[in-house]
Amino acid sequence: MATSSQRFDRSTNHFINRIGLTVVYVGELLRHRAYTRFLHWAYGIFFFLALLSGFGIYMPWIFRWFTPLFGGGAMTRMLHPWFGLGFVFFFGLQAFNWAAAMKWGQGDTRWMKRLRDYVTNRDTIEPPDVGFFNGGQKLMFWEIVGGSIAYVITGVIMWFPEIFGRIAVAISYVIHDISALIMLAGIFIHIYLSTIGEPGTMQAMTRGTVSEAWAWTHHPAWYKQVTGRDPAEALAEARRTQARSSGDQSNQ
Amino acid sequence: MSDRKTLQVQRISGHPGPVAGAGMQREEQVCKLIDTTTCIGCKACEVACVEWNDMPFQPTMFDNTYQTMPDTHWNYWNLIKFNEVTNEDGTFQWLMRKHQCMHCADPGCLAACPADGAIVQYRNGIVDFQEENCIGCQFCVSGCPFNVPKFSPTTKKVYKCTLCSDRVGQGLEPACIKACPTGCLHFGTKSDMLMLAEKRVKQLQTVSGFKEAGTYDPQTIGGTSVVYVLHDASNPEKYGGLPKNPRIPLSFTIWKNWFKPIGLIASMMAFAGVILHYVTEGPRRPQPQPPVKEVDGGEGKKEN
Repeated sequence: MATSSQRFDRSTNHFINRIGLTVVYVGELLRHRAYTRFLHWAYGIFFFLALLSGFGIYMPWIFRWFTPLFGGGAMTRMLHPWFGLGFVFFFGLQAFNWAAAMKWGQGDTRWMKRLRDYVTNRDTIEPPDVGFFNGGQKLMFWEIVGGSIAYVITGVIMWFPEIFGRIAVAISYVIHDISALIMLAGIFIHIYLSTIGEPGTMQAMTRGTVSEAWAWTHHPAWYKQVTGRDPAEALAEARRTQARSSGDQSNQ
Repeated sequence: MSDRKTLQVQRISGHPGPVAGAGMQREEQVCKLIDTTTCIGCKACEVACVEWNDMPFQPTMFDNTYQTMPDTHWNYWNLIKFNEVTNEDGTFQWLMRKHQCMHCADPGCLAACPADGAIVQYRNGIVDFQEENCIGCQFCVSGCPFNVPKFSPTTKKVYKCTLCSDRVGQGLEPACIKACPTGCLHFGTKSDMLMLAEKRVKQLQTVSGFKEAGTYDPQTIGGTSVVYVLHDASNPEKYGGLPKNPRIPLSFTIWKNWFKPIGLIASMMAFAGVILHYVTEGPRRPQPQPPVKEVDGGEGKKEN
């Protein structure tokens, strides 16, 4: 019988996912392949370039110290659209890469309803229906998809104002700003949760793997899908092992 | 007179903090008065503008009118617009209007500009572009209700009429005023020019039979430092792109002044929020966590 893990592998065994190498050690699971990781850091770099150059123009009386980073105001203005296009290009590839995994389901609606419990760390591990991405991650993903479309449309209008006219520019300017403000708020939450907020997450985007414990804690349904084991049972067993070994230590 | 006195800065685009100085002069506001009723369309002002500002002569563009070209250009700041208008009562008017920067009291270009010091407004009312600070974003084009600033694709900067700030700073009248042969152009303090305009309007109404004659000094942008006398002030649009109630888009006023800072603070709340979360709720670690070591006097552990 083909295990669920093999089925998972087959579904993601596109040629692009065979690029690069991801070493999975015992006790770890493959989370993001090299192609996914490359895209993430590519649009991550462009995001910050666009963010800094954009905010130098957004509110120069506070952020004028950003523009010298790019060679002055005129240079910043010249580069910003290209940074933005770089972000949209690589994020666009990631959007196709992740579109299936980001499909919204019933479980995600339930996840959003218990957002308060998530924020207050009420549950020891996530509910059993949380898959490869949770509702919050999917919401953020689709926000960036929508925001990127808004960026491109409004950005092109502001880039070539002589074609679109002054009123179109004035409207685009506001939409562009709102999109930037939403993403600015989002990036704080994204960085927090992937580093100190949920330890063990960062390595998913660096080495590409996560520990099994991380998987059953944050994405139990995904854990079940790739290992075939019940996450609650796996946790219980890990607890017993831990209790035994700590008991051993106290006997010494 | 020196330009230290006549060109004191009133406002600067994208600039933190206030700007210096006030109350140095008795009559600060300068003004150009254009009496469209005595313009003969000779284009001497166009030539004077090009000559004084040392700009290359442009190839003219014939568009079935006497107009030099369809619109002003980044190095052609002053253009007489020739408008052939058939009125509702069947009468015909050939209206000539000298088109250039209006030097608004509330300049839309300055409100829209995100570059520190690229646009300044002097206390005497002149709105001037400082091209060395211009970043070439063209937001000023969007902010201007009169379609005045023009972008140069070569230099990636925006240019427009300076009201000859270099001449006015030295106590001279603008070049176009000096060239006008009919006395259609006047230059002086704003109050003097408004008085002169009023006198001419009364004359047009009583003697010449232009019942709708009036002064164009639109208050929706706080008035302008270029004032027109029109035969028909009830319909300035027929003078070729002279809006009756010129307005700055709200995105460069309300959005930029109020919602931008508020939006930024709202976004930064996410930063405050994650810090607060780390401090109050703490991180969520993979389960099971390693057992917590009991330390004397230490606080209790939280299970998650």
